[in-house]
Amino acid sequence: MIQFFNVNKIYEAEVRVEALKDVNLQIENGEFIFLVGPSGAGKSTLTKLIIREETASSGQVLSDGKSLARMKQRDIPFYRRRIGFVFQDFRLLMTRTVYENVAFAAEAVEMTTTEVRQRVPLVLDMMGIADKRNAYPHQLSGGQQQRLGIARAMVNNPTMIIADEPTGNLDPETSAEIMRIFQAINRRGTTVLIATHDKDMVNLMRKRVIALKEGRIVRDERNGGYQHEA
Amino acid sequence: MRLSSLGYVARDGFRNIWRNKIMSIASISTVAISLFLLGCVWLFVANVNNMVFNVESELEINAYVEQDLPRETAQALASDIGAYDGVASVEFIPKEEGILMLENRFGTEADLAGTVGENNPLPDMIQLKATNPDLVPVLAEKLTAMEGIDQVRYGQGMVEKLLKTADWLERAGFIGLICISIAAIFLISTSIRVTVFARRDEITIMRLVGATNWYIRWPFLIEGMLTGFFGALLAVAILVLGYNKLVISLMTNMSFIPIMTDQATLLLLGRNILLYGAGLGIVGSFLSVFRYLRV
Ligand SMILES: Nc1ncnc2c1ncn2[C@@H]1O[C@H](COP(=O)(O)OP(=O)(O)O)[C@@H](O)[C@H]1O
Ligand SMILES: [Mg+2]
Repeated sequence: MIQFFNVNKIYEAEVRVEALKDVNLQIENGEFIFLVGPSGAGKSTLTKLIIREETASSGQVLSDGKSLARMKQRDIPFYRRRIGFVFQDFRLLMTRTVYENVAFAAEAVEMTTTEVRQRVPLVLDMMGIADKRNAYPHQLSGGQQQRLGIARAMVNNPTMIIADEPTGNLDPETSAEIMRIFQAINRRGTTVLIATHDKDMVNLMRKRVIALKEGRIVRDERNGGYQHEA
Repeated sequence: MRLSSLGYVARDGFRNIWRNKIMSIASISTVAISLFLLGCVWLFVANVNNMVFNVESELEINAYVEQDLPRETAQALASDIGAYDGVASVEFIPKEEGILMLENRFGTEADLAGTVGENNPLPDMIQLKATNPDLVPVLAEKLTAMEGIDQVRYGQGMVEKLLKTADWLERAGFIGLICISIAAIFLISTSIRVTVFARRDEITIMRLVGATNWYIRWPFLIEGMLTGFFGALLAVAILVLGYNKLVISLMTNMSFIPIMTDQATLLLLGRNILLYGAGLGIVGSFLSVFRYLRV
């Protein structure tokens, strides 16, 4: 379970940006949530707070009741192992094969070679790209590349998947296919949080929708849609 | 980090060197050249010390007999010299014996006598001791003028000059060591920095999937250590091969130079250079890893 209590996030760059303002929310285990809002609304910032890439400027972010800000530096990697992260631009290693891309992540979390050999084919199969295991990312379609991105996020069997605009670079049909994969993952009990501004997709799926605007939560709705403002 | 991950980080360390070939080669060669020069200085100093130790006294004079002089004439010469004022003792050393002495000095394995056979390039030698160091130059001059004597060697003066040079070289070498170390560390750390940059995407992924800081750092530390080690290995290889060549050539052509042939000392030098090279690499990579690698 993830909880935000009065979270503010301020970036102190050349200009001071209030990326999140007084955010309160709760994500239960096993939920499927869309995080929507225009570009610059603070969606990515919110996901970064959850994976402890950033810390709140004020307020508290808790995971299972424990403060992420106060988490010890050396515990952070082990916390992140329970969360799979999916990128908009896939972030695949172009010089490595499909198999190696996933094995890379498996090794990074220090699975033994035996575990790697068991786990990697399993997630490739789960994502429907087992037959592509020796292909390089550039030989895959956009949809297949994102499946590979998801496979990598799933290799450690995380309890939560966070995807930041996972379909931003894909056509509608392929996006729908990727969403079905997320649904399938969610059905197995994994929490799914997807930041997106794909209106049609959100409207179609009727899941919980959290809408951000200029850093504030303007709507948090069960079975919501993208369009109407609260 | 788990012990089972050692294989991964070691493999990635090697891979780092490979994927950053140009910089790796530059760093390895720099380390090799630097440590080679250092090794040369060290060998020279060691040889001077060895020489001083070997030249039992400043009283010894070696007179080499002309190659085509009959053996009896040479022996007669030796007994004549023995009768001179100021000569404490004299010994005739035929070249067959001379080569055996060389062999002894070179170590047990070399069969010099067998190798050269009939073509022993050494001259017969008359070895004498003066009663007083002041008489050594006088006697040497007298011997040089004698019929049938080719060359005369004695240590006086040279030993002191060598000692002075060695002392100076030792100081220069120490300063050189510091400069070389700084340059090598800088180059290695630059090389690692390039690899860190080249692998930034991988590092991002590793961090986000939950790799520990040490899992991310280790390959770079190994890369640095290997760079230093390979450089040192190259330096040691050239040093040992070159030195042994030099020893053989000196022994057959200029056997009066008491060159150090102790293989144990050479091995010790090699080991120290290897450790030093690896150490330079570790320091260099530490600097980069803790400065440029955000984990
Ligand atoms: N690292 C950063 N440094 C400074 N400003 C940032 C940084 N990351 C995001 N911002 C700013 O914070 C605001 C929210 O950004 P972001 O969370 O990326 O929004 P979204 O993902 O919804 O497009 C934007 O104004 C953005 O420019
Ligand atoms: Mg964003």
